[in-house]
Amino acid sequence: MSAQIHTEDPLDPLSGRKVLAEGGVSFHDITEAVCKPVEDPPLMWWPAFLLSNVLLGVLGVSVLWLLWMGPGVWGVSSPVGWGWAIVDFVFWVGIGHAGTLISAVLFLFRQDWRTSINRAAEAMTIFAVVIAGMMPGLHTGRPWFDYWMFFLPNQMGVWPNFRSPLIWDVFAVGTYFTVSLLFWYMGLIPDLATMRDRARTPIRRMAYGVASLGWRSSTRHWVHYEKAYMLLAGLATPLVLSVHTIVSFDFAVAQLPGWHTTIFPPYFVAGAVFSGFGMVLTLLIPLRKWYRLEHIITIKHLENMAKIVLLTGSLVGYAYAMEFFIAYYSGNDYESFVFINRAFGDYAWAYWIMVTCNVITPQLMWFKKVRRSPAALFILSIFVNIGMWFERFVITVTSLHHDFLPSSWDYFSPTIWDVGLLVGTFGLFFFLFSLFCRFLPMIAIAELKSVMPQANPHYHAKEGEHE
Amino acid sequence: MSSQKKRIYGLLAEYETPAEVYHACEQVRDAGYRFWDSHTPFPVHNLDKAMGLKQSPVPWLVFVGGMFGVAIGLGTQAYVSGVDYPIIYAGKPYIPWQSFVPVTFESGVLVASFCALFGMLGLNGLPRLHHPVFNSERFRRATDDRFFIAVEARDPNYGPQTRRLLESTGAASVEELER
Repeated sequence: MSAQIHTEDPLDPLSGRKVLAEGGVSFHDITEAVCKPVEDPPLMWWPAFLLSNVLLGVLGVSVLWLLWMGPGVWGVSSPVGWGWAIVDFVFWVGIGHAGTLISAVLFLFRQDWRTSINRAAEAMTIFAVVIAGMMPGLHTGRPWFDYWMFFLPNQMGVWPNFRSPLIWDVFAVGTYFTVSLLFWYMGLIPDLATMRDRARTPIRRMAYGVASLGWRSSTRHWVHYEKAYMLLAGLATPLVLSVHTIVSFDFAVAQLPGWHTTIFPPYFVAGAVFSGFGMVLTLLIPLRKWYRLEHIITIKHLENMAKIVLLTGSLVGYAYAMEFFIAYYSGNDYESFVFINRAFGDYAWAYWIMVTCNVITPQLMWFKKVRRSPAALFILSIFVNIGMWFERFVITVTSLHHDFLPSSWDYFSPTIWDVGLLVGTFGLFFFLFSLFCRFLPMIAIAELKSVMPQANPHYHAKEGEHE
Repeated sequence: MSSQKKRIYGLLAEYETPAEVYHACEQVRDAGYRFWDSHTPFPVHNLDKAMGLKQSPVPWLVFVGGMFGVAIGLGTQAYVSGVDYPIIYAGKPYIPWQSFVPVTFESGVLVASFCALFGMLGLNGLPRLHHPVFNSERFRRATDDRFFIAVEARDPNYGPQTRRLLESTGAASVEELER
């Protein structure tokens, strides 16, 4: 086994593990590789940025039309009162889980390979949660009253209902966004200082200087910094698990067949990690090429992510199967009906798209050839994104469209404005992400250097000079 | 600079590898200096021990902050649901602690996280607009690939022997820092 690894990937002379940055790079090479594209963006940045602006325009029009006309422009009506806005919310908040998982959970497990991808994944998280936070706000129909969800006294003297999962969700997503932002910014401080010290124009030096808060990479500071970073990771780990758990409570606490199940929290969390890693792969596979970072975000990183996608995809598949089994085993007619209706009813097409993309195609990642092929992973990651959107669609809509009263059964169809909203959210996402790539180092420079072999004080390139 | 005597902050020594700065820190520590610091582009493993630094008190701040957040979260939920405006909802008690767990947890994590970041910045005296080490042109590489030790002139042991000590530790360069 180890001989096989030797032939493929170079190893760290001290730890015996695979090296994370390939090609015998020095500390300075890492700084150059990461900072250079920020200072002189690659050509591909412009088409990506302009295209995302076009899609952002679609979002603007869709939102303005919604605000002008009201939610009647969407396909939602009785009995399907939760439409694409809620589907999009769960979809985006799920994508927003990979970043903190990579930065916090993998940090606590000492998975050093995370250092090449955590910055970009955390940025992705923050932007995805911004979009997710928008969706329930718009779904209320009158977003100018959204402040009622917050913990504020209002003219009626009533408070939010803390016995309802919907208000838990406000706190969960709000906290998650804030903590992810703090965590991300904290990781950025030393790298912003690197950008400051490299800056060639006064404006850049000023901007990065202010943002880096006067960081002078002092060991006395690193002591507090490392401790605070570890504690934030420790806080973010239960947080990331709690957020999608609470999102699943929005459904699971309701008494609707198909929603009212105890498997929802772990099933949602597995799905969130799955979709988040899918999106990380979608973003990083082209980026590492355009930004010439293939020696830092190596094929080993992609392979590791593929393994997590495979694992969580299989967990999700297990949850799908278990839902069916429990529906049958419970002996509850309504529950059984909902699940048979899901797989063979009006929305069977959506259900089977979901199963194909989430359970079947990720199984290809059992093959090492697939895991080590960026092109194959990119295609599979698109399937994951599609499949996870459909999962949320299936959960939300199939449970609602045939409720307890057959006379109110209906078939939900989206309108052009539902589609515009979904397409537009991608615009906002890519817009924010391209700005991130333009102005901030997309790899955690200081963290990456600290896991390189020569960062170890016992490493001696020049033998015999000391000791 | 005019005819006035330059105000000296201290000495800045530059090293090329983590191993060199590590051993140099051990020697500066053993020479009994108190007002000094090292600067590395990334946290060098155990360098705080080589410098003889104490443990960080950040965990206490985070713990106190987290408990404060939990108390605020639980207290306000109980107050608004059970005292200020009690409403019968879904046949549940006015103060069902089970329903209050999620928001209590989230507010605890929220306050604890703020304490972690801002506690770290506060302990480090950041944000700060300027520092004498930035007067050195070489110091720009402290965020790239060079390692530094700065010994302050206010240290009681500071003197001509400080430069000799730093030079004997294998420094690539030693320069005087203006304040």
